[in-house]
Amino acid sequence: MYDFNFAPVFASSDQLLRGAAVTLELSCEAMAIGLVISIGLAAAKTSKIAPLRWVVQAYIELIRNTPFLVQIFFIFFGLPSIGLRMSPDAAALLALVVNFCAYATEIIRAGIESIAVGQIEAGRALGLKPLQVFRYIILKPALRTVYPALTSQFIYLMLTSSVVSVISAGDLTAAGADVQSRTFASMEVYLVITVVYFLMSAGFSALFGAIERAAFRYPLSR
Amino acid sequence: MIRTFGWNEFLFILMAIRWTIALSAIAFIGGGIGGLAIALARTSGDKVVRQATAGFIRVFQGTPLLLQLFLVYFGMAVVGAAINPWIAAALALTLHASAFLGEIWRGCIEAVPLGQNEAATALGLKWASRQRWIILPQAARIAVAPTVGFLVQLIKGTSLAAIIGFTELTRAGQIINNATFEPFTVFSIVAGLYFVLCWPLSLLARQAEIRFARASAR
Repeated sequence: MYDFNFAPVFASSDQLLRGAAVTLELSCEAMAIGLVISIGLAAAKTSKIAPLRWVVQAYIELIRNTPFLVQIFFIFFGLPSIGLRMSPDAAALLALVVNFCAYATEIIRAGIESIAVGQIEAGRALGLKPLQVFRYIILKPALRTVYPALTSQFIYLMLTSSVVSVISAGDLTAAGADVQSRTFASMEVYLVITVVYFLMSAGFSALFGAIERAAFRYPLSR
Repeated sequence: MIRTFGWNEFLFILMAIRWTIALSAIAFIGGGIGGLAIALARTSGDKVVRQATAGFIRVFQGTPLLLQLFLVYFGMAVVGAAINPWIAAALALTLHASAFLGEIWRGCIEAVPLGQNEAATALGLKWASRQRWIILPQAARIAVAPTVGFLVQLIKGTSLAAIIGFTELTRAGQIINNATFEPFTVFSIVAGLYFVLCWPLSLLARQAEIRFARASAR
């Protein structure tokens, strides 16, 4: 019978906590940078210039139909051979941003397209000022439309970020692999880490839900 | 000695795609059976059954697939079985697919109007007959697009089996890269092969979605 021994894992709790902090940092940075780029890409995808739309579409299809693991191998091992060398942390962040943008662009584009022109005209007819029209008629409904999809995409990004451990980027899973190789308590380490990931995703899920209830509650006509 | 990247190296990578396909197929079929059971349990009248399966889904949706693979892989030693990357990858991906397909199909079952179930009950049909003849055929039409979409997700997920040492497409690329030191070429080819596998499925999923939206728009 296997004897579980969690002592060596808890002895390394500092290292694991630092790893968890790196995972949170990487995910939040990738989300922040990725959102800005995705807004630009969504604008490009809805633009009148056809080649611009094609380029963005090709990028989205390419990323969405290849595994994240292969993308990170390509960025970290492949790009240096054409002169683009970077640290594991930089490669991890770049890979997460490149991956996240392909999904976020589609979400944001759907949000932009969900605003009916008649809705804006109705706002103006009611005598709202241009800034009020933008804030209440365009921004709030568009955000409300994309919010659930974007937040679950963020949680998915955080879970996906465990894969960057393969290039030793110092995240939670990489910290776990390091503890595992020193203590050989494989099952214990990975059990603890899995629980930490679960708590982080459940925590974010609860936080995003609370924000949604506070910020986006107003009557819907049915 | 460093080998140059040639026809043989390309063939080695190309042939490894069968293991990616085999692993995806096993996980998809196993996950399909498990997913159906979970979807039915999630929509059953028994509260305990509903909550237990909800917990199962939550665990698999709230943790990284990589860790799920690690836990099954090292868990085999815990239960006293010999560690085998093939079995570990197939088992972990099957459990993963069961949870995700279960959640997708729960949504599809719940999208069938409640009156259908009530009418079938009123006609005297038992639970199994109601599911078999009334609910599931209608839910299946809704399920095509998201199910194919998840299959793409699953095929991409099998690449993580490379990390526990199962030689599929990505691992074959790593092996060739270690021998030739041509990562740019090797990983472009690996990515290209995944794309050839996944893109037609993505297009199929999108088409199914459009067709269904058109059919139910009236």
